[in-house]
Amino acid sequence: MEFGGIRALDAFDLQLRQGEIVALIGPNGAGKTTFFNCLTGLYRPTRGELLLTPPGGETRGLVGLKPNEITEQGLARTFQNIRLFPRMTVLENVMIGLHCRTRAGVLGAIFRGPATRKEEKETIAASLRLLSKTGLADLADEPARNLPYGAQRRLEIARALATDPLVLLLDEPAAGMNPQETLELDELICRLRDEGLSILLIEHDMKLVMSLSDHIFVMDYGRKIAEGSPVEVRRNPEVIKAYLGEEESDAPA
Amino acid sequence: MAAPNVRLTWGDTGRALLTSLWFVFLTFPFLAVKINPAEQTVLWRWPNLIHVAVTTFLLSLAACLYRQYREARLDRKTEDDLPVGHNPLHLLWTRPGVRLPLLAGASAIALVFPLLFSTYQTNIMITALLYVMLGLGLNIVVGVAGLLDLGYVAFYAVGAYSYALLNLHFGIGFWTALPLGALLAALFGILLGFPVLRLRGDYLAIVTLGFGEIIRLILENWNDFSHGPSGIANIPRPGFFGLDLSLEGSITYLYYLMLGLVLFTVFVVNRLQNSRIGRAWFALREDEIACQAMGIDKTRTKLTAFALGATWAGMAGVIFAAKTTFINPASFTFLESAIILCIVVLGGMGSIIGVILAALLLILLPEYLRPLADYRMLAFGTVLVAMMVFRPRGLISPVRRTYTVRGRTISDEPA
Repeated sequence: MEFGGIRALDAFDLQLRQGEIVALIGPNGAGKTTFFNCLTGLYRPTRGELLLTPPGGETRGLVGLKPNEITEQGLARTFQNIRLFPRMTVLENVMIGLHCRTRAGVLGAIFRGPATRKEEKETIAASLRLLSKTGLADLADEPARNLPYGAQRRLEIARALATDPLVLLLDEPAAGMNPQETLELDELICRLRDEGLSILLIEHDMKLVMSLSDHIFVMDYGRKIAEGSPVEVRRNPEVIKAYLGEEESDAPA
Repeated sequence: MAAPNVRLTWGDTGRALLTSLWFVFLTFPFLAVKINPAEQTVLWRWPNLIHVAVTTFLLSLAACLYRQYREARLDRKTEDDLPVGHNPLHLLWTRPGVRLPLLAGASAIALVFPLLFSTYQTNIMITALLYVMLGLGLNIVVGVAGLLDLGYVAFYAVGAYSYALLNLHFGIGFWTALPLGALLAALFGILLGFPVLRLRGDYLAIVTLGFGEIIRLILENWNDFSHGPSGIANIPRPGFFGLDLSLEGSITYLYYLMLGLVLFTVFVVNRLQNSRIGRAWFALREDEIACQAMGIDKTRTKLTAFALGATWAGMAGVIFAAKTTFINPASFTFLESAIILCIVVLGGMGSIIGVILAALLLILLPEYLRPLADYRMLAFGTVLVAMMVFRPRGLISPVRRTYTVRGRTISDEPA
């Protein structure tokens, strides 16, 4: 990915298998979010490929698709700085996620035939299920902007889940959370993994990263500087250098 | 709640004094000085200024008291922090005991209006209803989908001219022209929609403003097509099963027709807002990037909003042509777009009942302020400013629909 003369991402590659949690870490400005934006179609990479193989399906290239088409193919994301629909209710936020899985059009909306009504009912039911899964069911009718911070983060995950993704991309989901909230998030992510979802995670909370990830990629200046299991990465001198400077130290934290 | 602590300090009095001086300064040129060009004399009307000074001084003291009272009561919360719908007008509206009689009363008045009032009054009411329709249409684009459209009058013109021209060349009647005008306007909506898909906010406003002017200038200058500034006359009024109606009769007929169409508009707009499409529009207004990331096709959603908004303007245009029986480009200036936008903003973006109230207020007020003669528009402006000061988010704030959640039913219909 290049912006003018600046190469923000350089020969970065990453693999994610079904039911796996992979973390992407690196100092601020390393290009992690840029990488996410390339994956989800917000940026179009200058070069490179993005391949997705659904279980039992064919491999498809996703580069060049519009963001909504990529979401339809099964990549859903959350944002580093929460991007909910603040004046819509919690339930509606999740219902928006189901937009690309439903069909009702303008005529359906006006005449509200049996098919539309059924679809609407299913949308509400499915959204409520997702809300109870993320522990937000009691807040369903609340405008999203009234939610406490941790709940807003969870709502973003619920909204992304509503698009029925194969891969969930979480951009710093634990940022600004208190320890209790982080713990709940940890459980939620594990549960999602156990349901067969693949999760790619950008995170600065090393405790969370180390406990969750099956595999960690470390990035600096748009390049991959290390990869491996949490233990390997923790010992990698390159990583320690990127995080703490030249001096020797125990572990990046 | 303890009694709100309200009192005036010397600072407040000083500020009120400054305000009144400022008003004296502002109104000096047209309230104090009167020039008689014939006799070349200047008449100084000093008592006028004293009236202005005293009135504004007292009013600004009153405003200060009101503000303190409000702040004390709301515990220094701004309107933004409050739960949606925390607004006296809105609370009144959601109370079923108030709402039903209010609705019944309004419909009763609406039904017998032409029987009780003169043709002149009915005519004004038809215009007001026309603007209700336009306001509700623009509300889809601006209020719901958040696309600032300053060229809305273009679609109104398309509707009006499609009836006028189709009638002139092919003898097409009102009832055929109504859907045709709507369809043509919708097409123009999509036509405008394509180039502005990537624009937002101010930029979008400028392009739509330009579009509105383009349509008007074409109509003004393309004489062979639109008869230029002289316009098109003798457009037939809507027919009533082939009967010939007297002027009075046809106005009454047009009134009921308009009433029916407004109800139809309210019905459709309400259903659209509470649908999958409507949710996508709201989401688009809230956050475009998140919207796309959630799998909503931005292009299609924006185009539907433009097309559907334009549809209502097209219909209103056909009715306008039929009502006035004469149209020319002068009826479709930017001022019209501004008034319609005013209706949407004043009503509370996205609130149907708010738009209806605002349309009635904005169209009827200048008419009934006529006794004030010269000061009519001054009073009108004052009312607008006052409304924006006291209700910055519109008369009635839109409320998101809440769905039944485990027996907890809240209002099923939005205001």
